[in-house]
Amino acid sequence: MPGLPVRRSDDLRRYLPGVEPERRLTDWGRSERVEGLMDRTLIEFYYRYWFRAEVEGIENVPGAGGALLVSNHSGALPPDAAMIGKAIREEHAHPRPLNITVEHFFKGYPGFSMLIPKMGCVAAHPANVHRLLYDEGQLVLVFPEGRKGTEKLYKDRYRLRRFGRGGFVEAAMRARTPIVPVCVVGAEEAQPVFAQLKLLKKLTGLLYAPLTPTFPHLGPLGLVGYLPAKLKLRFLEPIHFAEEGMHEDKGLVQTTAHEVRARIQEGLFDMVAKRESVWFG
Amino acid sequence: MASRRILITGLSTYWGGRLAQALEADPSVEAIIGVDNEEPSVELERTEYVKVGTQHALLRRVVEAAEIDTVVDTRLVVDSATTSSRKAHENNVMGTMNVLAACAWEGSSVRKVVFKSSTHFYGSEQDDPAFFSEIMGRPHPPRTPIERDILEAEASVAEFADKSPEVDVTILRFANVLGPGVDTSHIDLFSLPAVPMILGFDPRYQFVHENDVVHALEHATQRELPGVYNVAADGVLALTEVAGLLGKHYAPILPFWGTAIAATVARRLGVNIPPEMLAQLRFGRGVDNRRYKAAGFEYGYTSREAVLALAEHMRLHPLLRSTAEPYRYEREVEEFLRWSPHVRTGARNPAVAARQAPGPGLSSGGPPVDHYDDLRPEEVISLISSLEPEALRALRDYENGHHARAALIGAIDSAIARSEASKAAPGA
Repeated sequence: MPGLPVRRSDDLRRYLPGVEPERRLTDWGRSERVEGLMDRTLIEFYYRYWFRAEVEGIENVPGAGGALLVSNHSGALPPDAAMIGKAIREEHAHPRPLNITVEHFFKGYPGFSMLIPKMGCVAAHPANVHRLLYDEGQLVLVFPEGRKGTEKLYKDRYRLRRFGRGGFVEAAMRARTPIVPVCVVGAEEAQPVFAQLKLLKKLTGLLYAPLTPTFPHLGPLGLVGYLPAKLKLRFLEPIHFAEEGMHEDKGLVQTTAHEVRARIQEGLFDMVAKRESVWFG
Repeated sequence: MASRRILITGLSTYWGGRLAQALEADPSVEAIIGVDNEEPSVELERTEYVKVGTQHALLRRVVEAAEIDTVVDTRLVVDSATTSSRKAHENNVMGTMNVLAACAWEGSSVRKVVFKSSTHFYGSEQDDPAFFSEIMGRPHPPRTPIERDILEAEASVAEFADKSPEVDVTILRFANVLGPGVDTSHIDLFSLPAVPMILGFDPRYQFVHENDVVHALEHATQRELPGVYNVAADGVLALTEVAGLLGKHYAPILPFWGTAIAATVARRLGVNIPPEMLAQLRFGRGVDNRRYKAAGFEYGYTSREAVLALAEHMRLHPLLRSTAEPYRYEREVEEFLRWSPHVRTGARNPAVAARQAPGPGLSSGGPPVDHYDDLRPEEVISLISSLEPEALRALRDYENGHHARAALIGAIDSAIARSEASKAAPGA
């Protein structure tokens, strides 16, 4: 279709809608109430007592402005995202909400579609990430391994998958916000995946149907059945992109993506090497 | 360029009528001409109604004769429940092509086209961004006939814009409209005792209040704003939130499988859920409204306030329903009001308007009222009461010098005396 000119304005940030204090939901569908309830109960329990999370380098997360957190991903229903969010709320000098990017799949699956946005998850669409990072100056967490990370089996633990096409680096460069690499150790043991059940996946229409110590034989609740592994989080030094237009250099995007991946991988190996016990750290 | 001579297509639609009313209040607009197949549904002061559909030869004659500089196209049907899909297609696709053809001819006076579109342009899908901006196209092909129509209509407008660089073309994509005056499938849905939802889905919804729609269209006629703009109020609400604001429960009664079949059953039971609404009930839609704000537009309502306004209206509606007589267009009455020399008040009659305007004749020594010399004495007497004392004095001087009709001078004198007496004792 021949395009009509769209008046491009570089900075529309001052036209962002104001906050209506009477509302309990944000424009993204995030609900203070649902999030608060989850935070006080399930997440609090897992963070403090079940996983006994240990956090390093929280000061690498900027206290204001946008930042893209990039982490490794594992487990059938991965606990890592919720734990990173909780760590920022608990340990950071300026606690603020974390936006977790998830697959579009969730928006189409009944139930998830209703609940997931209320807990602070947004679909991993480049436009969403850009708006959050650049326009709203928020924290965004991405898992560049995506589904490949959660599908991987126990035998491949802590070995990072391919980092997509570097879309996350492009997003950070375009928004000129730093990338903070995050390493998570313990999630692989908390919910080891022994196999992928293809038939069950087909029957339920889920993204994947893993065989874990608790799923599927304990039913859907088995998805949040984790073993009490010691969880360790390490936030690495941020990588800054101050220059404009860096995202147009595809070579630079790929190189940076590789570098981020290498840093996380290195951090993971270092943490695993220093860990004396899977259960007690 | 601000518009002076405006043609509104779809005058009898709610939007055409409201826009004409809004433009009438603007003294810098010289002429407002409305065309439609059906008669206007709201009372209009000075807008001229011409009963023409979208036959481009006829439209072109109207455009040419009235030297129209701006065409505002408010016809687009965006709710498939309002008419059959064949009629909607005829109106949306063929109609748009004809309207554009009537604007584009060698030596056309049209310099601006404002096209009212809908955010249905973007559709509603699983992998949509949370906020559609104007630069994004539609990520998936259209699913319903009405969406196909909207895309085709916009494509022909864009093509027209490409071919006629001297014409400013503005497309405004409006979100779901709420308000007491409009009647949409969504408002019908919200009027039910409980808001039906698809089980397991809580879609995001963005609305725009009907007054903001009218202002947005008016805004585009007053400025040079070529391009596409989303028009949607601040704030994206979840459907459960909307139900809460309306003071209603939500009822997740539509199944997530076979939703279309359930909607067909619901239609039989009198709950109209058009197909384009089904996708929205599942995935919702939000748009980025910042470009139009950057173009100087200010919204009167947020999405939340629009829903609250609708809730108030719904509570009052049963009480107010029967009090007001609906407006009916009567051609003879409207023509009498506009053109009869006996009409003495109101801005709709150009003859009256000319008489009431303080003429330049006051100082130049000419007749203080246009065509004064042609008026019969009884016409002059009927005119006197509407004049200011100053104008009356000038009129008396002129009458003295030219015709010196004693009856007239007496009438003018007594009018001056009356107005001075009322000035001396205000409130008497």
